[in-house]
Amino acid sequence: MQIKPILSALRRHKAGTFLIAMQIALTLAIVCNALFIIHQRIAHLSEPTGIDEPNIFVIKSEWVGHPDSARVDAMIREDLQVLRQVAGVQNVTPSNSYPLRGSGWDDSVKLKPDQLQDSSGATIYFADQNFIDTLGLKLIAGRNFRADEIGHMDMRYRLAPPVVIVTKALVQKLFPGEDAVGKTIYLIGGPGTIVGVVDLLQAQSVERWASDFAYRSVIIPERLNISLGSFYIVRAQPGQLDSAMHAAVKALFAQNPRRVINDDDGVLSFSDVRSRAYESDRGMAILMGVISVVLLAVTAAGIVGLTSFWVGQRRKQIGVRRALGATRRDILRYFMTENLLISSGGALFGVLLAIAMNLWMVTRFEMHRLSLTYLVIGAVMLLLLGQGAVLAPALRASRVPPVEATRSV
Amino acid sequence: MSGMFVHNLRLGAASLRRNVLLTALMIMSIGFGVAASMVTFAVFRAVSGDPIPQKSSRLFVPLIDNRGPQYNRHGEPPSALNYTDAMALMRAHKAVKQTMLFPVGLSVMPDDPQRMPFKAVGYATYSDFFSMFDVPFLYGGAWDNGQDESREAVIVISRALNQKLFGGANSVGRQITLDDRQFRIVGVTDTWDPKPRFFDIFDGNLYADPSQIYIPFTYAVGQRIDTYGSNNCGSDGKRGDSWDSWLSGECVWISPWVQLEDAAQVQAYRQFLDGYAREQRDAGRFNWAPNNRLRDVREWLDFQHAVPPESRISLSLALGFLVICLVNTIGLLLAKFMRRAPEIGVRRALGASRADIYRQFLAEAAMVGLAGGALGLVLTAVGMLGLGMVFEPQIARLAHLDLSLVLLTLLVAIGATVFAAFYPTWRAAQVQPAWQLKSN
Repeated sequence: MQIKPILSALRRHKAGTFLIAMQIALTLAIVCNALFIIHQRIAHLSEPTGIDEPNIFVIKSEWVGHPDSARVDAMIREDLQVLRQVAGVQNVTPSNSYPLRGSGWDDSVKLKPDQLQDSSGATIYFADQNFIDTLGLKLIAGRNFRADEIGHMDMRYRLAPPVVIVTKALVQKLFPGEDAVGKTIYLIGGPGTIVGVVDLLQAQSVERWASDFAYRSVIIPERLNISLGSFYIVRAQPGQLDSAMHAAVKALFAQNPRRVINDDDGVLSFSDVRSRAYESDRGMAILMGVISVVLLAVTAAGIVGLTSFWVGQRRKQIGVRRALGATRRDILRYFMTENLLISSGGALFGVLLAIAMNLWMVTRFEMHRLSLTYLVIGAVMLLLLGQGAVLAPALRASRVPPVEATRSV
Repeated sequence: MSGMFVHNLRLGAASLRRNVLLTALMIMSIGFGVAASMVTFAVFRAVSGDPIPQKSSRLFVPLIDNRGPQYNRHGEPPSALNYTDAMALMRAHKAVKQTMLFPVGLSVMPDDPQRMPFKAVGYATYSDFFSMFDVPFLYGGAWDNGQDESREAVIVISRALNQKLFGGANSVGRQITLDDRQFRIVGVTDTWDPKPRFFDIFDGNLYADPSQIYIPFTYAVGQRIDTYGSNNCGSDGKRGDSWDSWLSGECVWISPWVQLEDAAQVQAYRQFLDGYAREQRDAGRFNWAPNNRLRDVREWLDFQHAVPPESRISLSLALGFLVICLVNTIGLLLAKFMRRAPEIGVRRALGASRADIYRQFLAEAAMVGLAGGALGLVLTAVGMLGLGMVFEPQIARLAHLDLSLVLLTLLVAIGATVFAAFYPTWRAAQVQPAWQLKSN
């Protein structure tokens, strides 16, 4: 296929050529970045919590009145007793927060008492001996808390539990390559000895500010007694989540009606927790997806429109070529090649535009750098789109009969 | 002239019916482009607006660095005050008006024992709060400074809570029980819910549900009512381990606001803050130079990144989208107009001037824009319904399709299309009468 005649023909359609190339370039730039955002958001929302999500639900029970710390502790223990007897409940643990909740207690961890800078940040989960089993965590070293190690504390009391269980991610940060069991870490109130290590337990927040310590968690063997209320994390027997959720709330009110369990977020299955936590990530991915699809459709439509116009304009020339011996395949190939040339030019410019756009977003929105794969995928996608869009008008052109050469228009 | 304009519009409308495919492509292209930009713009407008335009330049957040360079983040003081500093600012009374606030969540116990207790969430604050933030009242009003001093159990409730508890009747003077404490109602606010809630960014309540109760800060602290929001403590360990030592500790949990009328007052307040920080240094509490901030509402919203990045990203992408749709429209208009080169040639040969051609084709483009705008409106409405899927419901709820958005949609559609039509129209006007006639 000779490219020269195509190029000289294009020179007569500078505006149209430029417009198609521009459109391909802009579309490529936006679609590349959109795909990249989609991929990042999906990667973010598929990060595991490390817990047995399908069978877990969470109850937020807020106390009525202003009970003191001892009273709160007694009420929590009564509630745990009651929940344990609910049909379909496998295990239950009290806590101050849970993964994906979005707020809770984050604190600093140090290796020496007099250290000025933190060694790491970490999410602090208050727990009892049932925490590991209830959440379905995997203990990979050391041991669980014993029942006699579980204490209770007021929100403002010093955070200095004698023993703690930590996550593997925290061990890797604090004691890379070492056995952490038996080692001491310093929380804000004092030292604690690591007695166990769990494999995976996500921090309470998945926001960007918490990404520094995403999987670094410290489990404290205390019930945190806040007069405001507390969380009960419940693991249901497989398949009994819904019935256990209903029965649990009923049982709690029967035990002690002086509490508030909110209608809209008082009891949440973990799948609800998950969808709430990732609402904006999922939304962003959907938005980017819709924009990309519509954009590709608009661009394809533009190519169809302009190429149809060109074909219409050149019917006579096509007829002449056919009369001079060009086959239908030649005509088809002519328009396909023409589009390929324009699209390639557009794609080349689009790649540069995509990089520029990404760099701008990196500075404005703390986004990551676009990887080469997206540029390649995007460019190939748009070249194929161009070829697909030009196919119909090109086929129509190839069907122009040679006799057209003799017509005056 | 106007008759000619109408005629041109008619020609345009008639021309829309020719080349149905091209016309449909153009209208769809404009419709989608405009709708995408309008939907994202509606969200952006909702979240980036000034929540209190009449006063945003006179309300300030004073912040004091009580952590020091060793422990603060990026040199910035924490985003709230501890109790010590909050009380010092209130006592000093250096601003025209000042208030401190923290969120409270109290259980309302309805008189009717059949009804379940429920949470009412709001703020513990000072009486100046209401006049500083222009809170509208349905019944009664704010408590006064004296009641702040005497730590009185008074309460202002929202219209919605008043509706729920008293069926909307004037409840001023009545008693209400919250967490076993009796409060006397002094005021009922009218509907008031500035978005974003600029005065409580610290607790992440930018888009929270409307607050229902306001009680005196002094009473809340006296009763040891805990914050229903955040505490932020540094790594320096000066936190306290009881209520009293916590109050004197360095955890921050109180959002401060002052009202200052002019630049001189702002300057004076800055000097006061620096003087206070120096006093604290001399007293041995701080061992660093004064590091204070005084930001007005807009600066505060900016600093706290109150506009969600999702909203900015989608707005930029939607604008890019609109540009592509316009490029597409230019191409299609070019095709559409140039197809009619013979017709133009005839018209020119029959004496039509270039200006006539301009008028005719721009009018035609306006018709395309109008049709695209109409489609864009429908798509915008559909998009608004789908917003809940993309943005958090609290944010999606804020965006709405109002008259100004409808007008803007049509205006952008027509304006953009006419703008896009300039080049194709210019090309059409260049058609030489003789050349076209010859080839026919």
